[in-house]
Amino acid sequence: MKPILRVEGISKSFPGVQALDRVDFEAYLGEVMALVGENGAGKSTLVKILSGAYKKDAGRIYLEDKVIELENPYHAQKLGISTIYQEFNLTPNQTVASNIFCNREPKKGGILGSLGFIDKEKMEDEAKKLLEIIRANVSPTELVRNLSVAERQMVEIAKALSFEAKIIIMDEPTSALGPDEVEKLFEIISHLKSRGIAVIFISHRLEEVFRIADRITVLRDGKLVGYLTRGEASPEKVINLMVNRPLAEMYKKEESKKGSVIFEVKNLSKKNTVEDINFKLYKGEILGIAGLVGSGRTEVARLIFGADKKDSGEIYIDGEKVEINSPQDAVQLKVGLVPEDRQNQGLILKLAVRENIGITILEKLKNFLAVDKNKLTEIAQHFVERLNIRTPSLFQKVIYLSGGNQQKVVLAKWLALNPKVLILDEPTRGIDVGAKAEVHAIMSQLALSGVGIIMISSEMPEIIAMSDRILVMNEGKIVAEIDRKEATQEKIMAYASGHLN
Amino acid sequence: MREENIKRSIVNFLKFQRIQEIGILMILIFLCIFLSIATTTFLTSINIFNILRAFSWIAISAFGISMVIITGGIDLSVGSVMALSGLVTAMMLKTNLGVFLSILGGLLIGAFVGFINGLLVSKTNLPPFVATLGTMSIARGFCYGLTGGWPVRELPSGFMLWGQYDIPFLGVGIPLPVIIMIILAIVTSMFLNRTAWGYKIYAVGGNEQAASLSGINTGRVKLEAYTFCGLLTAIGGLLMTARLGVAAPTAASGYELDIIAAAVIGGTSLSGGEGTILGVLIGAAIMQVLRTGMVLLGFPAYWQPAAIGAIIILAIIFDQYRKKRIGLLR
Repeated sequence: MKPILRVEGISKSFPGVQALDRVDFEAYLGEVMALVGENGAGKSTLVKILSGAYKKDAGRIYLEDKVIELENPYHAQKLGISTIYQEFNLTPNQTVASNIFCNREPKKGGILGSLGFIDKEKMEDEAKKLLEIIRANVSPTELVRNLSVAERQMVEIAKALSFEAKIIIMDEPTSALGPDEVEKLFEIISHLKSRGIAVIFISHRLEEVFRIADRITVLRDGKLVGYLTRGEASPEKVINLMVNRPLAEMYKKEESKKGSVIFEVKNLSKKNTVEDINFKLYKGEILGIAGLVGSGRTEVARLIFGADKKDSGEIYIDGEKVEINSPQDAVQLKVGLVPEDRQNQGLILKLAVRENIGITILEKLKNFLAVDKNKLTEIAQHFVERLNIRTPSLFQKVIYLSGGNQQKVVLAKWLALNPKVLILDEPTRGIDVGAKAEVHAIMSQLALSGVGIIMISSEMPEIIAMSDRILVMNEGKIVAEIDRKEATQEKIMAYASGHLN
Repeated sequence: MREENIKRSIVNFLKFQRIQEIGILMILIFLCIFLSIATTTFLTSINIFNILRAFSWIAISAFGISMVIITGGIDLSVGSVMALSGLVTAMMLKTNLGVFLSILGGLLIGAFVGFINGLLVSKTNLPPFVATLGTMSIARGFCYGLTGGWPVRELPSGFMLWGQYDIPFLGVGIPLPVIIMIILAIVTSMFLNRTAWGYKIYAVGGNEQAASLSGINTGRVKLEAYTFCGLLTAIGGLLMTARLGVAAPTAASGYELDIIAAAVIGGTSLSGGEGTILGVLIGAAIMQVLRTGMVLLGFPAYWQPAAIGAIIILAIIFDQYRKKRIGLLR
């Protein structure tokens, strides 16, 4: 059988990252091709190239044996390649039918049509037919904002069908769906298969992949590392391909002495987000939280820090019950959060390095009414040296620093507070190798000095090398606690993907 | 040696260029030089002080609004607040409450409207544009309602001197409102640059999410900024009333746009996080020099608004271009 879509030697690089390195890939009509890999393996980049959103640096794309150059997403759609992203491209205040035929609405006959008048009935009829094909129980006249996530997804699929798509790419389609809705989606996918459409299915959840995929392509660090048919694939094999990579020497973890319990969370819950989270954090410990994107790790961090409102749960610091209802409360109690998105949540890009570092300790720097600028400069200078922040001066706006140095400024701002507990969410995401090693060394030093550290990371080697203990989350719950000595990538991945429970 | 000196002076000049306010200061100086040459009356102390006095109210309120704009907000109620605070003071004077109490009353009403603006913005999460559009109309409505539409005249001289008295200094008389404006410029500037409070204003406007996640109570910062804006605007309103000697319910109509324009010409970013009081002061000066200049040049009165609008747009385009060229903007 010949593939409908064939990709040869695709490469794509971004500043500082080789996102895809000579990757081959193919998809067959009437089959589901699964694309799996860790975060940052290059799945999204490949999807974006196939959908026309990114331009490839090198390589060829063949559609039915013809070389094609994708200009933009609309061009790809017209060629029969439709992509359904995690974030839907729908306008909430328009009807289902208008969304399906957005910009291609059937026009009325005669002069009215050439003036741009839409034949609403025809549009709604055709939308209805498309929705019936996938047996979606959605009215074409309903406003999209009244639809559930699953229903919106069906609208997107109907839209893809309206383009007479030969290939439908689904990027993490199940991540926001409940179990029943996943079943329904799988029915739709089998239906698409039977209509002879090629489906490219991207998912973290291996159990799902094994249920519906006919073939599996595995990416790791931007490279193609495995291509398996359903017959040859086993979960162990796929996990091994996904995570197997040499540990770089960038994880300098000092042996830490476990002290008393410094921080404890009991029965933390928030509806539809996380459920019954319990854990203890010891003085001088790095507690890793592993899990897939969307498993509730960031949500736990934000709830502990008071950035979001919890439904229930208690927090203890040094054995005493404390109330953290806002980030101000957390800062008062010397709990810090290095958020996952440093540019939008961690830094004030328009302000200078010095001002960003001083932001957590403004009240302490008050000298009658004025901020003691000499003291502020002194403290900022101290951390710039200690963390080796490379900046032309303390007065440089942080927007001009590199990602790694920006992250170190975020760290410095929390170190200035002299924290008891520091929560780090993806502390080394998107920063270069050198800065990464430096951030790890700082974390290790902090732990040694008695700070309790909670580290959320999607990077397996980082979690395993830096954590004294690892909690694994899946679907809003802690599903495993693994000791440093027993941690392996395969084990964590198995728990995280819900394969082993 | 000589080459090194030249190099150093170039470096110094470039550093000078990087200062935010240089662009608009250049525009202001250019306007002044042009008018000095083109007219015989521009460069006289009477004219200069007239200009200064005329924009002092606008400038003082613009100091306040620039704080609000730096937090990422906007305050459309400033014109109405100027009128309302002047009216309240005038009415209190008329009931013989004395100058001190009456001024206090006017200032408190301004701060109160600002406080309400702040509450609406920080507690109900209304967009600042909408919230202050509402209070703009409410405050103006009170002006009409309280007076039945009639102006309050014949204010006591103990109040009027705040707007009309000139302090003799080196042989010239400096108008009191100008001195108050300069003092408030220094105080506000210090507040913004020296205090934790000012840091937080820049932080909230620069990135509200990050500020909140750093433990800053962003709602309170906004509440304070709007309240302070109301208070400064009331000071401007009282000086205006004292100068004109009459409190009209229609006073300061449309001033909100002049005040916002002064702040924006002065380099305050409408997206928040950026702006200085010095810039705002220069911005307000440019607006008034333009107005006066048109009159002195005998420019047809009915065409003046169009010319002023065009010059404001050109001035901001020039400033943006300059900042982009030297890399202050991205």
